[in-house]
Amino acid sequence: MALLSVQDLSVKFGGEFGAVSAVKNVSFDLHRGERLGIVGESGAGKSITGFALMNLLSAPGFINRGKVLFDGKDIVRMSERQLRKVRGNRMAMIFQDPLVTLNPVLTIGQQMIETLLAHRRLRRDEAEFIAIQKLREVYISSPEMRMSQYPHELSGGMRQRVIIAIALLLDPDLIIADEPTTALDVTTQADILELLLHLCMSNNVSLILITHDLGVVCQLTERIMVMYAGEVVETGKTREVINDPQHPYTQGLISALPQQTLPGHTLKSIKGYMPSLLSMPSGCPFHPRCAYALDECREHRPKLVHYRDASVACHEVNRLHQETLAE
Amino acid sequence: MPAYARVFTSNLSLNLRHNPVAFISLAIFLLLFLLALFAPLIAPYNPFDTTQIDILDSELPPFWAEQSDPSFLFGTDGQGRDMWSIMLYGLRLSLMIGIGAVVVQTLLGVSIGLISGYVGGRLDSLLMRLADIQLSFSTLMVAIVFLAVTQVVGGRAFFAQYAPVLLITIIGLAEWPQYARTVRATVLAEKQKEYVDAARIMGFGPLRIMVRHILPNSLSSIFVISTIQIANAIIAEASLSFLGLGMPIAYPSLGSLISSGFDYLFSGSWWITTLPAALLVVLILVVNLLGDWLRDTIGPRILQGAR
Repeated sequence: MALLSVQDLSVKFGGEFGAVSAVKNVSFDLHRGERLGIVGESGAGKSITGFALMNLLSAPGFINRGKVLFDGKDIVRMSERQLRKVRGNRMAMIFQDPLVTLNPVLTIGQQMIETLLAHRRLRRDEAEFIAIQKLREVYISSPEMRMSQYPHELSGGMRQRVIIAIALLLDPDLIIADEPTTALDVTTQADILELLLHLCMSNNVSLILITHDLGVVCQLTERIMVMYAGEVVETGKTREVINDPQHPYTQGLISALPQQTLPGHTLKSIKGYMPSLLSMPSGCPFHPRCAYALDECREHRPKLVHYRDASVACHEVNRLHQETLAE
Repeated sequence: MPAYARVFTSNLSLNLRHNPVAFISLAIFLLLFLLALFAPLIAPYNPFDTTQIDILDSELPPFWAEQSDPSFLFGTDGQGRDMWSIMLYGLRLSLMIGIGAVVVQTLLGVSIGLISGYVGGRLDSLLMRLADIQLSFSTLMVAIVFLAVTQVVGGRAFFAQYAPVLLITIIGLAEWPQYARTVRATVLAEKQKEYVDAARIMGFGPLRIMVRHILPNSLSSIFVISTIQIANAIIAEASLSFLGLGMPIAYPSLGSLISSGFDYLFSGSWWITTLPAALLVVLILVVNLLGDWLRDTIGPRILQGAR
């Protein structure tokens, strides 16, 4: 059985213009130890999906429909008390900016020990021992000293390591990392990603990595899910999707990478902007920016169709696929 | 690093040592506080002990005037009580009532502000409208009505006995919205920060997040407003006592001393009212200067220029 099974998840935001859908019909399974990357432009609904998985959306956002089965139990229907047992304990989350994720007025040690004591029956010295051990696991030098330091006394990379250590504190089954390296410089980024990968593999922890950086996804994940305007447009094995993208949007994303352009040439970009949630185009949400758009795309919304290991939501890809099958 | 060294090298103490106004204010405040605290040890007479009072000693001038009595440093009041002793006891009462009222305000205001800001929604609207209603009555008006009614209903003896408690309660109750509003504003700002999300993700309950995570981050604004509120509470108490609704003349605060000395002002015994008045002014001034300095140093932007 999958560790996490998301079925038909939809998130809406109720505003003064009525409720708008931010995430539509997202479904996927994640097995124990598996690593999934969710990619897309800003505003594609990646982070909201991440928050919805923990049932942590704050008003005006709410889960409109669907199930999030974690170890067979539906998180959407859990009471606040049950949720508190799952959060932190079995699922942990890592945020983008390590500067603001740690409480500025508590020492590293206080924050770690508090987290442990909130979930486990431990003595203070036992909790301290575990905390120091976890700091050592994320390669923090002189962890005993760091315990009594405040977040502002640490560098950005070190803070993100501390946050990873806090996330791992209770040996969770799943870590959701929302752009964990965006606020860090490139060399630190590589270190942190390597550390995250190493820790997930050695502890058999599942990882959901939310990012807009395709390079990061390639490095860390086995499967990828591309989102556009709140919908999943393509999923599959990371390597296959990156090497042979099917959906025009995924193709656009990959050809927009700076590595894909020769020196001296203009960077390729996808023309236009992602539609506002308030004024969604009819049919396929990508059709106004799509080079292959047909009449069908303007009228009918494509469904996710499975073939081989991948799923794609595109009329054109489906047609080509049907033709190959017919031959 | 030991604790005292940490305090000594902190930004706040560094800033204090480079700001002469704040430094002198703090020194004077600490001096006054210690004088008030140890008043029974310092005062040469016990002004509440009638055997030590002689009406023949009344209205003696302070030491620099002619006809002064060397055993009464700052002269005596109309009942023959030693001014220096009675001012020390008065200062003690004024400070006690001021600080007590601020403690009541803090307890009420901070809890209401925290809940209002963190929970939000209808509860927030309800509590803030209550605060608006409370603020639309002036503190003095509420206190005058309340104290006058208790004086009539409970009788003078009862009132005299419980006057400090009544004053602390009424000044504390009347001013909670100041705290609730400030704390709520700070909580609203802090709630947006990711460490609160992170705390929720770690599975902490709302009470723990409010008290352990948001409250410590709001402390600077609570400190700032507390200093200003202590000054306000002392003034409120002094005004009420001056109007005869505060501390009785047998157990005078600075306000009642000023009030009692007022009758002697035109008979030439100016010191009975001016000396306690000067002490009150100095006390309020240093507390306010300290409050201003704290606000400029540690206060968040929402409090800049607030009063």
